[in-house]
Amino acid sequence: MPQSADKVLDHAPLFQQPEYKEMLENKKVKFECGHPDELVQEIGDWTKSWEYREKNLERTSLTVNPAKACQPLGAVFASAGYEGTMSFVHGSQGCVAYYRSHLSRHFKEPSSCVSSSMTEDAAVFGGLNNMIDGLANTKALYDPKMIAVSTTCMAEVIGDDLNSFILQAKEKGSVAEDFDVPFAHTPAFVGSHVDGYDNMQKGILQNFWDKGERTPTEAINIIPGFDGFAVANNREIKRMLDEMGVDFTFLGDVSDVYDTPSDGEFRMYDGGTKLDDIKEALNAKHTLSMQQYCTPKTLEYCEAKGQETSALHYPMGIQATDEFLMTISELTGKAIPDSLKKERGRLVDALADSQAHLHGKTYAIYGDPDFVYAMARFVMEMGGEPVHCLATNGSKKWAKQMEEMLAASPFGKQAQVWAGKDLWHMRSFLNTEPVDMLIGNSYGKYLERDTGTPLIRLMFPIFDRHHHHRFPTWGYQGALTTLVKILDTVFDKLDDDTIVPGETDYSYDLTR
Amino acid sequence: MAKDHANGTDDYEALIEEVLEAYPAKAKKRRAKHLRVSEATDEAPDPTTGIASKCDTQKSNIKSIPGVMTVRGCAYAGSKGVVWGPVKDMVHISHGPVGCGHYSWSQRRNYYIGKTGVDSFVTMQFTTDFQEKDIVFGGDKKLGKTIDEINELFPLANGVTIQSECPIGLIGDDIEAVAREKKKEHGKTMVPVRCEGFRGVSQSLGHHIANDAVRDWVFEQEESEAVKAYEPGPYDVNVIGDYNIGGDAWASRILLEEMGLNVVGNWSGDATLAEIERAPKAKLNLIHCYRSMNYICRYMEEKHGIGWMEYNFFGPTQIAASLRAIAKNFDATIQENAEKVIAKYQPLVDEVIAKYKPRLEGKSVMLYVGGLRPRHVVTAYDDLGMVIAGTGYEFAHNDDYKRTGHYVKEGTLIYDDVTGYELEKFIEKIRPDLVGSGIKEKYPVQKMGIPFRQMHSWDYSGPYHGYDGFAIFARDMDLAINNPVWGMYDAPWDKPAIAAE
Repeated sequence: MPQSADKVLDHAPLFQQPEYKEMLENKKVKFECGHPDELVQEIGDWTKSWEYREKNLERTSLTVNPAKACQPLGAVFASAGYEGTMSFVHGSQGCVAYYRSHLSRHFKEPSSCVSSSMTEDAAVFGGLNNMIDGLANTKALYDPKMIAVSTTCMAEVIGDDLNSFILQAKEKGSVAEDFDVPFAHTPAFVGSHVDGYDNMQKGILQNFWDKGERTPTEAINIIPGFDGFAVANNREIKRMLDEMGVDFTFLGDVSDVYDTPSDGEFRMYDGGTKLDDIKEALNAKHTLSMQQYCTPKTLEYCEAKGQETSALHYPMGIQATDEFLMTISELTGKAIPDSLKKERGRLVDALADSQAHLHGKTYAIYGDPDFVYAMARFVMEMGGEPVHCLATNGSKKWAKQMEEMLAASPFGKQAQVWAGKDLWHMRSFLNTEPVDMLIGNSYGKYLERDTGTPLIRLMFPIFDRHHHHRFPTWGYQGALTTLVKILDTVFDKLDDDTIVPGETDYSYDLTR
Repeated sequence: MAKDHANGTDDYEALIEEVLEAYPAKAKKRRAKHLRVSEATDEAPDPTTGIASKCDTQKSNIKSIPGVMTVRGCAYAGSKGVVWGPVKDMVHISHGPVGCGHYSWSQRRNYYIGKTGVDSFVTMQFTTDFQEKDIVFGGDKKLGKTIDEINELFPLANGVTIQSECPIGLIGDDIEAVAREKKKEHGKTMVPVRCEGFRGVSQSLGHHIANDAVRDWVFEQEESEAVKAYEPGPYDVNVIGDYNIGGDAWASRILLEEMGLNVVGNWSGDATLAEIERAPKAKLNLIHCYRSMNYICRYMEEKHGIGWMEYNFFGPTQIAASLRAIAKNFDATIQENAEKVIAKYQPLVDEVIAKYKPRLEGKSVMLYVGGLRPRHVVTAYDDLGMVIAGTGYEFAHNDDYKRTGHYVKEGTLIYDDVTGYELEKFIEKIRPDLVGSGIKEKYPVQKMGIPFRQMHSWDYSGPYHGYDGFAIFARDMDLAINNPVWGMYDAPWDKPAIAAE
């Protein structure tokens, strides 16, 4: 009997015990009617071939393991960045259970959000009553300062009109006339979570700015974009801006609500951009997006309201941080302080110390469009060579931008850009054109298993490692964190490859 | 529990009143029907638990109220996530937009053995990734092409299920026609499932629809080679409604095999299509998750004359009672074997209880889970001397609440389709020593300084079924409750607020 109270065996060792292995073998032989082992081996090998890769790339309808989620997830994330704001997703209720679970699994934090719980009758008659009752219930139970409404695909398919529904709900007294209920239509069958983020951001700004008169100031607005590392990255950006003495407003800041303390109190809401600050932000001279592909519509709206705008691609790495600081300096006339220059110098120092271990390393990178752009660029700054750059939610425009950036560096010569492809395509790429490291999120662990490529988790969602998102990846400090993760992977691999005593351990060096 | 915490029928009834006060009138009236305290009953106590209470005076399995933060999911979650998703040698297409398949990708921990992407597909996300044009012009063509591409790239897949997301039923697609056509073309099992998320009121209807799809698209089709080749024996059973979370079904199977039974099919954790197809040839259906799979058992009873019985493999008391009850359906040899199995594991049980009961005795527990565990795990806690203060289901029906009376004593707080607000208030006022619920509840509860275990996913641990699983269960409850972190919530320079009691 394998189990004991003295040393309780968990699932992994338990099922490796002979009793269980025999049982599972018996199940396979007697009951499963599977394919012969040789055939499984043969097909398994075939899936690693160039021939399979070609077939895999011919797919036009099937998507397998896509690295993207749907719009409302982005909307829920965006709304969480505002003071006392409850997300209200109009449509089927199962979706909301999914968004909440997904965000909680990544941040290891509560994620509050309500649904209008539409069912078959609402599918026939529309969800107006669900909106009327839902807003009233949400206000009564959860006392939000604002309710941000987005939609599931069910409500989009039947054509529910949020603007009209919210007006009617207010007429019926669900919430007061002057209570803020911004909204955004977020169809899951258009774009991905980054577009949902964009639509909700725009919806929130419209709610406060549409009727406002703009009196320009010298302040600037910062929109961080959808980011799994937002908790630490937003704080890092604020720290740098404070050091520069810049007058700025974050539009959407989840750094408190997704990082609440354990002290006996559950904070459903914490921090976030104050509603008064959103109103005031209309007067800013400039709105700067940290992620171009998270904010196209929002920035267009800012421009229409008379602001200047610009967008970065995820300020991670040296040049990206340089650009961020120089942009801010240009916009505000504030000099970049020596303290930040010193941080830059320390980062360059670290890169110089480790360059021998980084030069010529090859990478596959996947994730959201701006992340992949920044990551590929940073990799090249380290002397590394991006080989496969993939964004399932990347557009043709993104691919072109990527290609231009990669072509400008000798380290980008062998890079291939894959817009709209998924992680099953990536499996083929890694099998046919292997690389040293894979950079992505937790879903990449299946690629690590199938292709033996070490995975570095730097992209949302990260479910199977804890607390990485509590450390920044943006700015010079963030670049240092990223650098160390990559170096650790390089060194761990070196040690793993040389650890056999008496065979390879002459290279198991103490100092590297 | 400290004295200032709510405890007992009077306190709980007052607490229900207090919680309901927060609702607008219409919602208050509706929610009032879901919150109860279990009552005394004249019924004879359950022979195994010695308990009888009345838990079925409330409403259940009705629509959630908009805007209240229900914990429930949808029919798609019930079909793809629960019933069909674990069948390992079939490809399950999340048919519609990308999100549903994404959020449910690899999240239920249905363990299986197989070469993923070659002959097994459980931890993969297959989707038709609907775009606007598919909504406007319909998705049947894309679905057909998707199945063709699966057939080409995953030739060892033994079939395909089509898990409908919300838009499918709204745009009038005919997925059944596509399934029929593709079955003819590829000669493989095709299962269209109408589990659109807006159908029904929770995951529950998705279970039912998925069960019906087994009936219509697997059973009521021509006999497969796997069925023809199978020679039934007198000791053949199916395990129904064990999804092999963290290996639950394996820790159960080992006991049934030790008893001398053949588990022909395990539905649906680690299952192959053949295990589904052959099930009607077995002698008896053993059903663990009654809520999600009773439908197909009733069908097999009617159509194939196979009896079914519920059993419970949580905690040694129920395991022993279940092994004996199962054995009763067979001959003396099996019955003797059951006694041998119970005797064999008794020393392990004794050791586990000797080690953990002193650390857990008297600790109070609140549960809020799906459709089975809010009652089924109760006796595992009993075995460790722990006390259930409250329990509730996301998607139970009246027959589940009836059964709950055999597990929880009079004076237990019962909450159906609880809202975020209610659960938080209940926990705050009762302040149990442990809460067992899901990922959405985990972090709010822990912020309050109360130990928590996820009771859907076993908090990434498990198995919890069977004797081997009970040791892990006991260890996990101990590590949750007796970790030093709960004593560190108050800064030492502040006056003690919560953790000092």
